Order: sequence, then structure tokens, then C-alpha cells
Amino acid sequence: MTFTGHNGRALPWALVTPALAWTLLFFVLPFIAMGLSSLTAHEGGGFTLANYSQLFTDPSYWRAMVNSLEVTAIVTVISILLAYPFAWVLAEMVPERWQRLALMLAVLPFWTSYVVRSYSWLLVLAQNGVINRTLTGIGLIAEPLQLANTRFATVTGFVHFFVMLLTLTIFANLKQLSPSYRKAAADLGAGPVRTFLHVVLPLTLPGIMVGAFLTFVLCIGDYITPQILDGNNELVMPQLVMMQIGRRGDFPLASALSIILMAVVTVAYLACARWLKIERA
Amino acid sequence: MTVNARNPLSTLKSHLAAACASAALLLAAGGAEAGDLNALIWCDHSDPALLQPFEEANNVKVNVKEFEGTGAGLAIVDQSQPGDWDVMVIDSIDVPRGVEKGLFEPLPEDKLPFADLFPEVKMDKSTVVDGKRYGITEKFGYNTIGYNKTKVDPADMQSLASLTGDKYKGKIAIYDYYLPVIGMAALAIGKKTAELTEADLPALKEELLKMKANAKLVGEVTASQTALATGEVDILVGGGEWVTAGLAKENPALDFSIPKEGAVLWSQSLAMFKDSKNKDMALKFIQYIMSPEGQARLATSACYWGMPANKTAALSDEQKKILRFDEQPGFLARAQAYPAPNADLDKKMQDMWTEMLQAQ
Repeated sequence: MTFTGHNGRALPWALVTPALAWTLLFFVLPFIAMGLSSLTAHEGGGFTLANYSQLFTDPSYWRAMVNSLEVTAIVTVISILLAYPFAWVLAEMVPERWQRLALMLAVLPFWTSYVVRSYSWLLVLAQNGVINRTLTGIGLIAEPLQLANTRFATVTGFVHFFVMLLTLTIFANLKQLSPSYRKAAADLGAGPVRTFLHVVLPLTLPGIMVGAFLTFVLCIGDYITPQILDGNNELVMPQLVMMQIGRRGDFPLASALSIILMAVVTVAYLACARWLKIERA
Repeated sequence: MTVNARNPLSTLKSHLAAACASAALLLAAGGAEAGDLNALIWCDHSDPALLQPFEEANNVKVNVKEFEGTGAGLAIVDQSQPGDWDVMVIDSIDVPRGVEKGLFEPLPEDKLPFADLFPEVKMDKSTVVDGKRYGITEKFGYNTIGYNKTKVDPADMQSLASLTGDKYKGKIAIYDYYLPVIGMAALAIGKKTAELTEADLPALKEELLKMKANAKLVGEVTASQTALATGEVDILVGGGEWVTAGLAKENPALDFSIPKEGAVLWSQSLAMFKDSKNKDMALKFIQYIMSPEGQARLATSACYWGMPANKTAALSDEQKKILRFDEQPGFLARAQAYPAPNADLDKKMQDMWTEMLQAQ
């Protein structure tokens, strides 16, 4: 078999055709349908931009976008701050023979159902949950704190999940880092802190950014965690999208809100693009 | 800007939507057979204890698709092919919406037990259109005050004013469905649920915001039920027998009241699709659901309990006690129907609800 000549050009196309067809059928076509739907009036059909303008003219809709961005930013920053030291300890301080076990323990949360995990957090944070009982039991507080059904609960549920995701991407990056970089920095007189800030951290930025981008995308598009843990005390964009579908069957407005959400993700991608290359620059 | 004429954009959109829907149906069609009964239902109909006896007796498979809210149900129908569905569960007040769309088949009154229904829940104003009956009420109940009687004073639960006072601040959950809770807000400010207009929205919003200020959470069925059952809250606005009855064995402290201002009556109907390819079986299904046995199974479904519309439902004495079967005449006399806004008012009510959810 040869890859040159007419047949050689056909083979790669034949191999990628199933993937292209899949993408066309399950992404491009639905996306175009969603785009067209977003430009259609819910009542009576016909072209309209009202579905897009609603987000910017209705304060409660705009609030959902602000809530989404705030929650996502908080979750991403906290997850990075927790995951980096964790990944560092795993990569640098845990003996190699224990690293596999440690990683397996780190990804244990992935093994449970997303819904079950969120409900578990609800029980932990509830008025009669483990945390409140402990705090009241040791006399630290007199009345239970409202932890469940708050933004704090949503952020906690998200962080629990995404710390693991970020740990994996940062750990992989740290393991790829040749010890020669640090030795060279030390030879040139840099102390551990300076070596970390000027050598290790910049070289592990791709791992951080890949994890942060995945966290951003998954978090801003998530419906289940805020729905279960926030108690509907504030809405985020995916909840607003679901309300349009579930309550009114208003697919045009839901489509417009979804496309705006995709636009936000695209902006986030462009902001991170230089770090999201497969090969390190 | 809105242009109502059918334009190339709409045509292209509908073709693409049809292509996507066809692809989805092709994938989903694996388990369906020609003789199957396809039912658009609420979760209480997916209980195997309800469906199995019918399937075995008629040698038929009932394929169910759950949905929440009439809008979502009608959207599913819009995206399906005529004949895809045989029967549908729908809010009784929304039956005319399906009739307007030309979806439903008139039901043969002589083949269904109308004489056995509680008269107050026949809902002729909505289930009968132009002299033809398109829906039969199968189950009903109340959106009212659900509470834990060991934690709150049951006497306080006889007034909707308790929901906005300071006594139970932070001990309240609100059921996340705008129509019944807006109906309760209407009752609280002395309005009739059937007569709400756009002019009432500011007062309703004020009442809703007062409720929200006292609430710890606003939750859908599972969340609000869990909050009440676990003691996270002591009162559920919009709750009723559909929350407390199913939990009665595990938590007998849960109860509901019909306050002096009244409660909102919810009522679900069964309708048959005009384009059904299996109308005989669809009618048999409706007859089964309306039979004493079917009614008892539906009333005590694993998803949620509710009052059977048929007075002859084969419920045990204990089940009747939990549902407060014998108190129904008094409850029904004080209950008012779901608000039934037109499309424009409905959108405004939903936007008001969204504002309430976002209020801090």
C-alpha cells in the first residue's frame, strides 16, 4: 500500500470521512439549526433579534450572565490555587511507586455520579449536615450556618470536581518538565523561589491554562451543580436556558442564550489560545 | 422587530430542524414497535407498578417520554411527526391549547367513567371545547402549604400571611413552579386566580418578593421535597399532598393545610392524539388509568401521590387517610383553579418569576 498518487490522496480522506460526517451531523447541522432558531420569534415565527436583545435589556437575564461569570471565575481561581500545590506534591514529593495510587485517589471523585456527588454535598452542607453538627457540637457556633442552597455550596461542589481535573493537567505538565531546567537555574544562582517563579511556573503555564480552560468551559455550561446546590437563590445561564425549554418550550430564546454562552466560551478560548497548543512553544 | 411572514430563514430552519429530529428519531427508534403505545407523560405515569398490569393484560409495550410543563410537552409534539404519539398527560387548564393546535381527538364520554369523577374536577370549562370533550381529569391535588407539624404551629398554617411574616423566616422553601405559587400569591392578596390580569402583576410581584425574602430556597420537586423531609426547612410554599403523602410512612410529621384564603387546585388530564395510529389501544389505556385499579395505582405512584379523580379508586383505608380522602369536599369548596394566562401574560408571569428568583 502506498500513500502517494491518486489512491494515496483518497485514503486519508476516506479515513477522516466518518469523523467529518459525525461532526457535520451532530455538531454543524444542529448548530446551524440552533442559530436559525435563535433568530425566529417564539410566537408566530418570523425573523427577530429580540431573543438576543432580551439578555441585554432584561436585568434578571443579564444578572444570570454576571452570576455565571462570577461563579466560573471564582471556581477557576480557587481550583488552580488548590490544584497546583497538590500536583506539585504529587509530582515532586511522592515517591514514584506511590504516584499511581495517589493519582487514582485523586481522581476518585470522577468515579461517582455527578448528580449523586452534588446531592451528597447538599447533605454535608445542610443545616443538619456534618459541618454544622460538628461546629455546633464543639461549641464554635450556636446556630447552624446556612451553607447549603447558597453560592458557597455551588462553588464548593464545583471546586471539589475541578481541583481533580486541574491536578491531572498540571501534574502531567510537571512530570514532563526536565530536571535540567531547575539545575541550570540553580547553576546560574537562582534560589528555589526564583527558580519556581521564573522557570517552573512559566513552563507549567500550558498545563494550568489547559486545565483552567476546561474548568471554565465545563463550569459555565453546567446546569446540575447550581440547580442542586444553590437552591435557585440566584440563576446562572444554563438554568435560564433550561427554564425557557422546560417552562415555555421557547426554543428560540433558549437557542439565543446558548449561542451567547458559546460566544463567551469562544472568547475564553481565544484568550487562552496561545497556551492551548499541543506542543510546548 | 418581528416579521410574521414565512421567510426563507424559517423555511431553512424548519428543514434543518426536521433533519436533526429525523436523525434523533432514527437513533431512538430502536426499541419501538408498531403495536406499541407511545405516551407523553408526567413522571407519575412511568411507575412500573402502574404500567405493568396494563402491558400484561393487553400484550402491549407502553413507551413513555416524560416532560415537565405544557410548553415543553407541546414543543416535543411540534418536533415529532404526526402519529408519533398516542396519548398525553396535560394540565387540565391547558387542554384547549392542544385543541387549538388541532392535536387532540374527542373522547367518547359513554366509554369513560365520568359519572364517578369528583364533580369539581371535571373541569368542563377547559376539557370541553365546542361541545366536545378532549380531556378527562385523572388526578388532582392542591398547591398549598406543606409543613412539618412538629416544627411549626399548625394554627399558623391556616393563613397565607404566615408565609410573609417574620416568625418562620429562613424556614421556608418555595416550590419552583411559577403558576401555582403566583396563584397562592394572588389568594394572599385577595385576588381570584381565574381573573388575574397584567394590572395585577405589580402587587403579585410584591407578594412574591416578600415570600422570597423569607425563603431559604426555591426548589423543583425533588429539592423542595428533600428540604422538607430533611428538616432544612419546615414549610413548603406550593406543597401539598403530592409532597407529604408519599413521605407519610417515613415522616408522619409532614402534613398540609388548606388555609382560610384557599389553595390552588392542580389537575392533570389525559388526552388522545387525533393522529394516533393506535386509537383503540389509546382508549384502552385511558380506560385503564380511569378504572378503580388504575386510579389507585396512579394516585400512589412512586413519583408523587395525588388524589384520584375517580371517587371509586381502589385505595386502602390507610391510603385514603394519608390523602385525606374524606375531607375533599371541604377542600374542593375552598380551592381555586390554576391561573390560566394567555401567551403574553404567561411570558410576563415567567419573567416576573425569574426576577423573583434573582432577587437577593
